[in-house]
Amino acid sequence: MRALRVGDTALLVEVASGEEVQALQAELLRRRSEGTLSVGEIVPAARTVLLDGLTDPARLAAELTAADVPPAPPRARAAIEIPVRYDGPDLADVAAHWGVTEHEATRIHAGTEFTVAFCGFAPGFGYLTGLPRHYDVPRRATPRTAVPAGALALAGPYTGVYPRSSPGGWQLIGSTDAVLWDHARVPAALLSPGTRVRFVPAGRS
Amino acid sequence: MTDRALVVVRAGALTTVQDEGRPGHAHLGVPRSGALDGPAAALVNRLVGNPRGAAVLETTVNGCALRPRSTVTVAVGGAPCPVTVNGRPAAWGAPVRVPAGALVEIGTAVSGVRGYVAVSGGIAVDPVLGSRSTDLLSGLGPPPLVDGTVLPLGAPSSVHARVDAAPQPSPPAELVLRVTLGPRDDWFTPAALHTFTSRVYRVSPAGNRIGLRTEGPALDRARPGELPSEGMVLGAVQVPPDGRPVVFLADHPTTGGYPVIAVVRPQDLPAAAQAAPGTPVRFLAVRRR
Repeated sequence: MRALRVGDTALLVEVASGEEVQALQAELLRRRSEGTLSVGEIVPAARTVLLDGLTDPARLAAELTAADVPPAPPRARAAIEIPVRYDGPDLADVAAHWGVTEHEATRIHAGTEFTVAFCGFAPGFGYLTGLPRHYDVPRRATPRTAVPAGALALAGPYTGVYPRSSPGGWQLIGSTDAVLWDHARVPAALLSPGTRVRFVPAGRS
Repeated sequence: MTDRALVVVRAGALTTVQDEGRPGHAHLGVPRSGALDGPAAALVNRLVGNPRGAAVLETTVNGCALRPRSTVTVAVGGAPCPVTVNGRPAAWGAPVRVPAGALVEIGTAVSGVRGYVAVSGGIAVDPVLGSRSTDLLSGLGPPPLVDGTVLPLGAPSSVHARVDAAPQPSPPAELVLRVTLGPRDDWFTPAALHTFTSRVYRVSPAGNRIGLRTEGPALDRARPGELPSEGMVLGAVQVPPDGRPVVFLADHPTTGGYPVIAVVRPQDLPAAAQAAPGTPVRFLAVRRR
């Protein structure tokens, strides 16, 4: 673990894996809820956790790098199920990249339990991990100028669902009617870091 | 019955509703947003007797024109500009009584970029995640104003401002941004780090509420490739592949994959919000506190 200073009041803590990011985030949230850590934002990402709004980042940096972070405790809540149709325009390309049939590709994806590693890009957009590394896919060579809301998409090691229509370079393998973000709802985001997710093909539940 | 509302007669180039933003949701991908020149927004609120966090209008270069349906107090600050009420000159940077139905015109900035218009009672659009700010990156909050927009106003407080006028900093002729290096300064060559902290850049016209873009010498990388996405802070100086530094402002994305060479002191960001295209920019490396 390495803690990099960011400005005067933030720390960027680098770890070796996505699992370590989840463990560190869980530990930081635990400390914040018990009142031993005062921080404005805790932002997990691929291999880092950003802590912003710290009063004494130097002391926390020294302390964290010396600390043993326990693995993230298992989530008590069951995985949420998101109904999907595997009807995306890039499904054939993804299946070809994986060296399987389209049917087999949907079976692999729907048979995987995902975890929200982190959020970003847009409110409610989660970067979900869970597929083995050999199923990583490249981004599209040419991004689309408009990806529809609810598009189920893959890029690198991640699966994501576009909360609203936006430009995007991910490979589209399906679609859902689930509402990923609704600011009038509590909580507004369907997915937050640590949430476990299963995609359920339409017609099966 | 008094109709506490404000009719937008001329929306201007880009006028948005802004308050102190919605920090605390970055882990969900929600930018902080909020007024780019926070001290100016706080000052105009104080001049009309509003609490610090009341929502104001943020204009861009060419002001706007407004017609309140009830009698209100208005204060205009930030970028200096002419102000008129029913065609008669009125004070800038001071509370102005505007009768119901009168036309308030906020003219083109004499210098600077962003103007702030506080109205007694504050702009009372529905908050989203605790803030009324328009977030241009993610589309949260009310959309940018258009001609004909009608904005609800809150109830004015009974407390009157104790100040009639207040000094405001002039928009900068040269923008000096104090930076602390890192977290990814090791992604750049020593020559690039020297260039970054010694050469003069200029404010690019391509900037917006998401970031201040610059023109100037490109910064060479010491290593190729992209970082895995990582959390971004306000004032982060990100260097995209073209090598020209971008300073992240209030609507910045919460995560990003281009290396951050340095972070600007937050106290210097209000001046960055007022630096017009072409303004010289220097990044001054300072020791971390």
